[in-house]
Amino acid sequence: MSTLHYLVLAPFIMAIFVPFFYKWFRNIHTGWFVLILPTVLFVYLLQYLPVGGPMEPLQLTVPWVPSLGINFTVYLDGLSLLFALLITGIGALVVLYSIYYIANKKDEPLNNFYVYLLMFMGAMLGVVLSDNLIVIYVFWELTSLASSLLIAYWFHKEKSRYGAQKSMFITVTGGFSMLAGFSLLYVMTNTFSIQEIIAQAGTIINDPLFIPAMLLILLGAFTKSAQFPFHIWLPDAMEAPTPVSAYLHSATMVKAGIYLVARLTPVFGGTAQWFWLLTIFGLVTLVWGSVSAIRQKDLKAILAFSTISQLGLIMSLLGLGSAAVHYDVAEVDMLYATAVMAAVFHLVNHATFKGSLFMVVGIVDHETGTRDIRNLGGLMTIMPITFTISLIGLASMAGLPPFNGFLSKEMFFTGTLNATTLDIFNVSTWGFLFPVLAWVASVFTFAYCMIMFFRTFTGKYQPEKLKKEAHEAPVGMLISPIVLASLVVIFGLFPNLLGYTIIEPAMQSILPNLLGEGDRFYVNIYHWHGLNPELFMTIGVVLFGMLVVLNLKRWQETTFFLKERDPLNRVYDSGLDGLITGSQRVTNFQMTGLLRDYFAFMMVFMIFLVGWTFIQFDALSFESLAMFDAGEVTPFLWIITLVLIAATVTMPFIQQRITGIIVVGVIGFLIALLFVVFRAPDLALTQLLVETVMVVLLLLAFYHLPELRKEKFTPRFRFTNLVISVGMGLMVTIIAFSVHALRQTSGFDPISDFFVEASVPLAGGYNMVNVILVDFRGLDTLLEVLVLAIAALGVVTLIKHKFKGGEDV
Amino acid sequence: MEILMIITVGVLVSVATYMILTKSLLRVVLGIMLLSHGAHLLLLTLSGLGEGAPPLLGEQAEAYSDPLPQALILTAIVISFGVTAFLLVLAYRTYKEHKTDDLDELRGSADE
Repeated sequence: MSTLHYLVLAPFIMAIFVPFFYKWFRNIHTGWFVLILPTVLFVYLLQYLPVGGPMEPLQLTVPWVPSLGINFTVYLDGLSLLFALLITGIGALVVLYSIYYIANKKDEPLNNFYVYLLMFMGAMLGVVLSDNLIVIYVFWELTSLASSLLIAYWFHKEKSRYGAQKSMFITVTGGFSMLAGFSLLYVMTNTFSIQEIIAQAGTIINDPLFIPAMLLILLGAFTKSAQFPFHIWLPDAMEAPTPVSAYLHSATMVKAGIYLVARLTPVFGGTAQWFWLLTIFGLVTLVWGSVSAIRQKDLKAILAFSTISQLGLIMSLLGLGSAAVHYDVAEVDMLYATAVMAAVFHLVNHATFKGSLFMVVGIVDHETGTRDIRNLGGLMTIMPITFTISLIGLASMAGLPPFNGFLSKEMFFTGTLNATTLDIFNVSTWGFLFPVLAWVASVFTFAYCMIMFFRTFTGKYQPEKLKKEAHEAPVGMLISPIVLASLVVIFGLFPNLLGYTIIEPAMQSILPNLLGEGDRFYVNIYHWHGLNPELFMTIGVVLFGMLVVLNLKRWQETTFFLKERDPLNRVYDSGLDGLITGSQRVTNFQMTGLLRDYFAFMMVFMIFLVGWTFIQFDALSFESLAMFDAGEVTPFLWIITLVLIAATVTMPFIQQRITGIIVVGVIGFLIALLFVVFRAPDLALTQLLVETVMVVLLLLAFYHLPELRKEKFTPRFRFTNLVISVGMGLMVTIIAFSVHALRQTSGFDPISDFFVEASVPLAGGYNMVNVILVDFRGLDTLLEVLVLAIAALGVVTLIKHKFKGGEDV
Repeated sequence: MEILMIITVGVLVSVATYMILTKSLLRVVLGIMLLSHGAHLLLLTLSGLGEGAPPLLGEQAEAYSDPLPQALILTAIVISFGVTAFLLVLAYRTYKEHKTDDLDELRGSADE
């Protein structure tokens, strides 16, 4: 176990102590204790940042299930480090923010909140720092679980529970599919280690399982990263407390899918399927998200759709950039790698501006009591600091200079423009759509940023529509968004701070084969590119974006605009309803409440299962079955057997209780006689005794039980019963014949020889049956006595206990 | 001899199953009794019949019949006695509470 392993486990260990902090230090907000951890981890991780020279990946292994190739291997390279810093850095800021956001009230279950949050933090660190696919999967599902628990933090709200369930269903379904994809990778490469799989990337590309594995893994990534059409869970996840939304649902967890795609680009990248799937899903999500954001009235919902759209952007950039893998080292071409650079850069930028915006929205919600833009307005002078932070965040999101969003969006345009020149994967036919779609989405992005800004901070202040008197937030609550907003400005003004520390090492992990020995990417980001197409595109975005906002009034009454909910939700809802009614129908068919039906199901199932197994494995054999030799059956045995059969067959036709009881008695005593014939004196004695008691008992019960009715069955019912019972009898008979036949030829010595030899020396008894019962298998007999005692207790209770009314017996 | 017994067992099992599938509680209990008889006989038959003396070492015989299945059947007889007794009382109690022993009328409860 290295320090890095402990780093992953630290949040889980911390989570154990949170309830105690909560209980013992009731006056101190639990968040202060929790805050220490991500801060320490963040500072610790900073030392791994490469300062001059390329980053050396770090790999440390702790065996977990080595026989299955599952090891807890920590792999730290540029990509992992970027994510680990995001998780701990944003984590620290979010915890700080949450201390002020969730007040330390008496009935506020803060311990739950921080336990879930730490669980998420640990799981997420596990996802990005593991090299083993199975370990990644385990942590991946843990993040889904933690996310679901956090969404349902205020579980008394119906919507919270709905959102939690939805996110769970969608992300866990994706997770399962991802696990299947991982298994296929294992089948192809015989290893779960990502680095070893990357080493074999060239050989598996022609495997028939290659495409299925890709599709299954992408399904996992798309559900987690809220790509169209799986994005519908993210808007409903906004029921979570705002710190959670800022942390999980914009900065970290939803980027797990992006991480996975980036991590596996060296494996799948360079193929046409990977390129097109990522690009198309990404671009559709980008456009869909930005268009949907326009019509939202809730600030958090706008941010949710905005997040969806931005995730689509990053996804499509990774798709476009994966084309670079197609070329070999000799043809190193930064032209296409630009897209990957933009993806990494935008990932950081998005975390900063979206994180700050979520926190700002939380502040607005906290201080005014509403997030509905129809009720808000004129907060500019009342909340000046919040206003400033929002301005920075929104300008960055809209892609205005000099903020970091501008830079990454310019790079995004460059990436899409470069991609149109690709001469592979038939890009030339449809490639012109990349910049067009990117531009359209940017127009809408600009528009919803404007809407958020103007509807919240300008216009008329409407105190009558607010639940509280609006005022500026406390300082503590403002610290985190201020930090993030300053980062937006710093990264905007000095983007090259990130260049060789973060972006270059991350690109190195995503596109390893583009580099020769000792080579590195050279990232140089600057504001002014000259009068190139990207600049004109940005100007166009601003102009058309304004046009959209100005014309918004005209569209406000259209049904498109009034319906906020995503139409895809209908698919999910009706699917879920169908699942529930469907399973209810199956249950109703099966759970009839009638004992007879349950018996029938069990027996039919037994007949088919046993019969099928015997036929399937060809287990029946009658070769050595001796012909029936009537000579060896004594007349005495003939009489017993025939009377027994006759008595048995009359049973179903008996209509009187007393006859039935007598016939059952006859059968029992005949069986006892058979035991005598077959040299089992103990059995005969027991059977006689039991049968006598049984007849007495039956006669007692007979006194109380009603007369047997002549049962009126439909012919069909009778026929079914007949078929089942004959089938059952036949099955038992056939198997018994086969066993009997095989016993003659198997040549096994019976294990009972042991008892014959050991009875006297070991147990000192001459009656072997008794010795077995009370000595060799004494424990069995003891438990048998226990069963009898329980049955006796049950009998007494059932007779004596007086039920009061109301019980359902 | 075994063949005759196996056929007897088949008849016992068939009739028992038929009784269990009817709707009268008393018949179901009787069916279960028949089923356990069938099972006991089956066990004994499959261990081989008519070979050797009773499993009493005092007999000083050349060969004894297999004692192990006999021990198992003995346990089974006692257990099935306990279960049947319990079932009978359960049937009695059910009849007393619901005034019927027809399984069709006993299905479901007021909560559903």
